[in-house]
Amino acid sequence: MEELREILTQIHPEVDYDTETGLIDHRIFDSFDVITLVGELMDNFDVEITAEQMVPNNFNSMQSIWKLLEELMEE
Amino acid sequence: MVQRTVVDYLRAAAAECPDKCAYFDATVRLSYGKLDRIAGNIATRLIRELQVSGRPVAVYMDKSPMTIAGFFGVMYSGNFYSPIDTSMPEYRLALVMENLKPVGILTDASHYDMARTYCKQVFLIEEFTDEEADDKLIEEQLSHMLDTDPLYVLYTSGSTGVPKGVVVSHASLIDYIDEFCAVIPIGKDDVVANQAPFYFDASLIDIYCTLHEKATMGIVPLADFSVPLKLLNYLEDNHITFIRWVPSALKMISTLKGFRTLKPSALKTVVFGAEAMPVKCYNYWYENLPDVTFIQIYGPTEITGVCTYYVCDRVYDESETIPIGKPFHNTSVFLLDEDNKKISRRDVTGEICVKGTCLALGYYNAPEKTSEFFVQNPLNPYYPERIYRTGDLARYDENGDLVFISRKDYQIKHMGHRIELGEIEATAAFLPGIKNAYCIHDAKTDKIIMYYESESYDDAKLTEDLKKRLVRYMVPNEVHRLEEIPMLKNGKVDRMKLKEMHANS
Repeated sequence: MEELREILTQIHPEVDYDTETGLIDHRIFDSFDVITLVGELMDNFDVEITAEQMVPNNFNSMQSIWKLLEELMEE
Repeated sequence: MVQRTVVDYLRAAAAECPDKCAYFDATVRLSYGKLDRIAGNIATRLIRELQVSGRPVAVYMDKSPMTIAGFFGVMYSGNFYSPIDTSMPEYRLALVMENLKPVGILTDASHYDMARTYCKQVFLIEEFTDEEADDKLIEEQLSHMLDTDPLYVLYTSGSTGVPKGVVVSHASLIDYIDEFCAVIPIGKDDVVANQAPFYFDASLIDIYCTLHEKATMGIVPLADFSVPLKLLNYLEDNHITFIRWVPSALKMISTLKGFRTLKPSALKTVVFGAEAMPVKCYNYWYENLPDVTFIQIYGPTEITGVCTYYVCDRVYDESETIPIGKPFHNTSVFLLDEDNKKISRRDVTGEICVKGTCLALGYYNAPEKTSEFFVQNPLNPYYPERIYRTGDLARYDENGDLVFISRKDYQIKHMGHRIELGEIEATAAFLPGIKNAYCIHDAKTDKIIMYYESESYDDAKLTEDLKKRLVRYMVPNEVHRLEEIPMLKNGKVDRMKLKEMHANS
């Protein structure tokens, strides 16, 4: 999770990722941030994220992104 | 009818197909007739209450079909409009307003209070309807209008920290749209999906080609660009046939392989530009949508919109660059070398220069900046002839197509936006406690990295303060405090060294 935190912090260093649960819904991450994030996740964790998985529920918090990554890495 | 000003475009469409939908979003649909009448209603009030013509009126509101009605209302009143980004932080908004000094501001309820701090004459868009237009008053105002009069002012990043307002005339826009529609496949049955914000010239194609062809344009909800399936469903549900998007928006679908789920069945034309198109992204779109025409376009705001285009007809190797192509009719695009000699041989690098009716009138309220970039054609010593020096370097390939190479200064393209690194640096250096601040751009990852010296700031605090002063896309992706910024012997920052530090990090 620390690696994920580092990626998120690079995109938005001012966000408290332990408490924020509306990264997408509160438009903290705009579409350009999202595409940057998805690219970094795919490169750094060697996973493939599909369009179906790119929904706000999966990306609204560090915890939910981590949960998605764990599922993808198990596959 | 001879079309002399952009007003004539809407008048023609409203007469020919008054009931056809012109612009729509999730809540508003405006037909050509209704758009014309609302614009008339807006103009009537502007004329009566402002009692001026040929002056700037800011349109400061969120993107909606009513924003376009606002643009035409300003035009009908004999004035010119300036679309202002509502997400701009106050600090930058003040710089823009100080430069523009609008005689009136057209706004929506949620931005009314902010608008009031800059101007006494503020008009609420919600108050306008399709009733009550004083046609006689409007005709009188329009009868004095020339095609050399300004149509709009669009603000773009300025290297000294102050945004530059590009002023464009009616004649330039008409020239641009007429020539664009002559070669790019778009017609009355097309449905355009708008991505670009209205304060960017990229939106001119969406708004004005739609109008020119009497087609229909939908405004894609901003949030859809974060959720690729929503975006694809939007294209499918609205039978979208034509898109002119920045590559960053197309990348969302290619990175997540969105076409595995849905391929937009009505799509015919994809036009892209404003930043380098990653070949991988282009190939994904091209291979998945074999019946779609893909066109790359190129051009800065200062020549109205775009000046060259290239129809892509194959898959590219990742080592190749997709050309920016050849000029539109009635536009001259040429390369000058460092001695101001014209380059005609292939593979020789030169600066892209442009001349033609498409040239903007200049920068608003900035005569020095204007004469720096809009200059006498060095190839013509005989009579006054302006060219625009883009600062972009390019070469000709074996087919005579132009291929973009790089910038000659510190202007960059970041996520589809044109940014002067100098504007970010000047904004940071202005903060008390920041000693030196310099940026580099990593083109490969499209990241802006700032290095700074300070005793009172840390990285998070600097980012937070920059967010209050810069537009979101200008805020550096990474900030790093250094004990000492590497300098060259001549006292200038050593950017190569900074790039090295970044590459090794």
